[in-house]
Amino acid sequence: MMSMKGWLTRLSTGVGLALTTIAAQAYTETSGGYNMPVGVTEVSREVHGLHMAVFWVCVVIGIIVFGLMTYSIIKHRRSNNPKPADFHESTTVEIIWTVIPFVVLISLAVPAAGTLIKMEDTRNADMSIKVTGYQWKWHYDYLGEDVGFFSTLAEDSNQARQLGSGVDVTQVPNYLVEVDNPLVIPVGKKVRFLVTSNDVIHAWWVPEFAVKKDAIPGYVNEIWTKVEQPGVYRGVCAELCGRDHGFMPIVVKAVPEAEFTAWLEAKKNGTEVAAAETVVTDAAVDAAPTEVAAPAEAAVEVAAAEAEAAPAEMSKDELVAKGEGVFKANCAACHQANGQGLPPSFPSLVGSAVVGGPAAAQIAQVLNGKNLMPPFKQLSDTDIAAVITYTRNSWGNDSGVVQPDAVAAAR
Amino acid sequence: MAHAHDAHAHHDDHHHGPDKGIMRWIKTTNHKDLGTLYLFFAFTMFFIGGLMSLVIRAELFHPGLQFVQPEFFNQMTTMHALVMIFGGVMPGFVGLANWMVPMMIGCSDLALPRVNNWGFWILPFAFAMLIGTLFMDGGAPAGGWTMYPPLVLQTGNAFPFLIFAVHLMGISSITGAINVVVTILNMRAPGMTLLKMPLFVWTWLITAYLLIAVMPVLAGAVTMLLTDKYFGTSFFTAAGGGDPVMFQHIFWFFGHPEVYIMILPAFGIVSTIIPTFARKSLFGYDSMVYASASIAFLSFIVWAHHMFTVGMPLAGELFFMFATMLIAVPTGVKVFNWVATMWKGSMTFETPMLFSIAFVFLFTIGGFSGLMLAMTPVDFQYHDTYFVVAHFHYVLVPGAVFSIIAAVYYWIPKWTGRMYNEFWGKVHFWLSAVFINLTFFPQHFAGLAGMQRRVPDYAVQFTDFNVISTIGAFGFFVAQFIFIFNMLSSCFGWFGRKQGLPDRVWEGAHGLEWTVASPAPYHTFEDPPQFSDSEGTAIHDEAVAKA
Repeated sequence: MMSMKGWLTRLSTGVGLALTTIAAQAYTETSGGYNMPVGVTEVSREVHGLHMAVFWVCVVIGIIVFGLMTYSIIKHRRSNNPKPADFHESTTVEIIWTVIPFVVLISLAVPAAGTLIKMEDTRNADMSIKVTGYQWKWHYDYLGEDVGFFSTLAEDSNQARQLGSGVDVTQVPNYLVEVDNPLVIPVGKKVRFLVTSNDVIHAWWVPEFAVKKDAIPGYVNEIWTKVEQPGVYRGVCAELCGRDHGFMPIVVKAVPEAEFTAWLEAKKNGTEVAAAETVVTDAAVDAAPTEVAAPAEAAVEVAAAEAEAAPAEMSKDELVAKGEGVFKANCAACHQANGQGLPPSFPSLVGSAVVGGPAAAQIAQVLNGKNLMPPFKQLSDTDIAAVITYTRNSWGNDSGVVQPDAVAAAR
Repeated sequence: MAHAHDAHAHHDDHHHGPDKGIMRWIKTTNHKDLGTLYLFFAFTMFFIGGLMSLVIRAELFHPGLQFVQPEFFNQMTTMHALVMIFGGVMPGFVGLANWMVPMMIGCSDLALPRVNNWGFWILPFAFAMLIGTLFMDGGAPAGGWTMYPPLVLQTGNAFPFLIFAVHLMGISSITGAINVVVTILNMRAPGMTLLKMPLFVWTWLITAYLLIAVMPVLAGAVTMLLTDKYFGTSFFTAAGGGDPVMFQHIFWFFGHPEVYIMILPAFGIVSTIIPTFARKSLFGYDSMVYASASIAFLSFIVWAHHMFTVGMPLAGELFFMFATMLIAVPTGVKVFNWVATMWKGSMTFETPMLFSIAFVFLFTIGGFSGLMLAMTPVDFQYHDTYFVVAHFHYVLVPGAVFSIIAAVYYWIPKWTGRMYNEFWGKVHFWLSAVFINLTFFPQHFAGLAGMQRRVPDYAVQFTDFNVISTIGAFGFFVAQFIFIFNMLSSCFGWFGRKQGLPDRVWEGAHGLEWTVASPAPYHTFEDPPQFSDSEGTAIHDEAVAKA
């Protein structure tokens, strides 16, 4: 028995030490990739604090309960304790272990309620951004600023994530958490987000802000954040929203106010200039943020992108070949690869009146959307022309070719 | 006394023995036969749902898509949940109730035997329809088992099959539940008052009431989905004046009691097994009953904690946070009572006891994460991440599933008259306990670090957690074959396993089921036995004083 006792003491000391070490480690490395990030807002720090508080309460209760169980398993086994005791009820004990947890819970609930009240207070915001979820991308509208754009998964991630792409995803920078157009917000300002959806339910989540809210069609949910440090913060869509739920990340660039104002101006001008030229390409909008930092370089990029986006005439075969890829990436989830759709929500394109009818109507519908179908303005003229030509010349359809300049004219 | 009844039972066997061949199983109204059918069905579904989880885990072994398209992945997560919940855990518990409730309360069969037959035979059709959707154009449902509109309305041809399958499962559950309630309230042996019933009977009685209360709610919710899709209604369609969030409220008004439907019978099983092997009466029987009833009541007023992020009014969020945290109190009482039952007992660690103790440990871990999730402001961070996946798998796998496994080990000698192999039982336990923690513990970290649920691919910083998790899942799946072979060997007498066990297979066991022969005759307790306190799990001091 003595050796058993010694062994027990050593075991419990060892386990205790190990637990303390692990706990200490976990505490110091709270942003080390296996705990909730502390984040960069006052609210996120409070949330992290609550998380750690309730975690430690659980650890202490766990040590007591599991410790007693382990002790009992060792000491009260038949070989050590051949004759069982016969106690089987005690109202006093039951009351004690009802009341103590109740008190502990209240001590957790009170600060949690305080933080919650703070999180729900969206009044007195400095600016508002409307966030709209689409299958499978985000749209951001700077309310009152006439600036709005789509934000989709970065192209290199999108290529790498295809089944059988052959790309080693560990070599893709920021795999699955990079977008083409990040949301840009100023630091030190209370930014209010109005979150809604165009199709199914999504959820807009940035862990570093401790902000997560469902984007629901027909609802406008309000959340807010006030970021303290400039930086790039990444999040994801958290609510299952169909096939590409895992592929619509969120990237927020928090920048000093002056930089933000400059960016916003450039963004506005970029749109105006493009509108004046009647050629809107996403490339132009894309390039705008970089323009602030390196105007010359950006200008070159814009020129190159325009050249790529709006070439002269393309042959029917070229358009169909390109269009098939665009269709698979953007349209097939609803209209299906065979074009037959999933009626009644997603109409068949085979023999469809829109596909077989005047090209202008189809271009308008692709650009602006209709019912469940989101707008696809963010695609380039070439891509839209290609995909329309593809649908007009596939599955037995035969209704002619659409050239990129027709799309450009329709914008 | 008991032997006299056995003689009667044997006598009646001659006149009312089972049919031969397949018709025995199709036509049977015998609670033991139907219990067996339910259990075989449940384990078949566990196997199918397990295979689906392996597809999920294989795809998540490394970042990038290796094996399946995202659409198929979503079908797997959706079907895995539906099959495991409605096909595995619930029929598993109904099977145990079928076998054990009549034998524990000393009646000859369930009150409504034909309804019982019907309730079971609905299930194979329901699941044939549901699983058949995998082979349809457009594939199986892929919008999550929670069937949230508008996403679920994008389901293809599988949609009506999903809805009707859910209807059928609901009918099956309701018939089973009515049967249990009627039987328990009317057919207890003389002397067995409500507060002397075995805990398993108590928890099943409460479970049955929950089922009757909420399965119709689910049926209503899915019917509204059906009319939204095919008959032009707009219950949940914002464009037509409907409300997509309303579905979530209705669904979780079913869904949260459903959570307790899947854990209360487990509480009953563990409360039966631990006293047996601790050779000590259950501590705080009355408080266990009251705690179960409190949990059942609270389960009706906490549903919205599943949807804290939908944008409820502040008052709603506060109410559901406080109510949810309150559940920790009765649940804590249960855990403390189990520990107190073990305390100063004279424990041995046969396989059912090992699974029961693991249940207490691991269910408590699931309870801790549940408490964390209850806190609304922090839940905003946990919601829809792998932290939630870890949480509910901890309460469902080492919780509900471990309790079903423990129950099968515990009662299979009574059912078949043949003891299982203890060595392989222990091997099965240790492999299961290690692998289940390997599977689900790392998911806490993945979730906290920011990995969202229901994704086929993930950012590379989550790779390590997912590698461990996948290894654990495959190990756990393979280990279950040890269990299946061990149990089938007892059923069919493989490896020369002989019958010939005493009535009271476990020396520390109490309850009427241990007063009949092993294996239990086809008909038991055709004349009600006199229930004496020595067979009771509920020992009250006054009763002891009288004795």
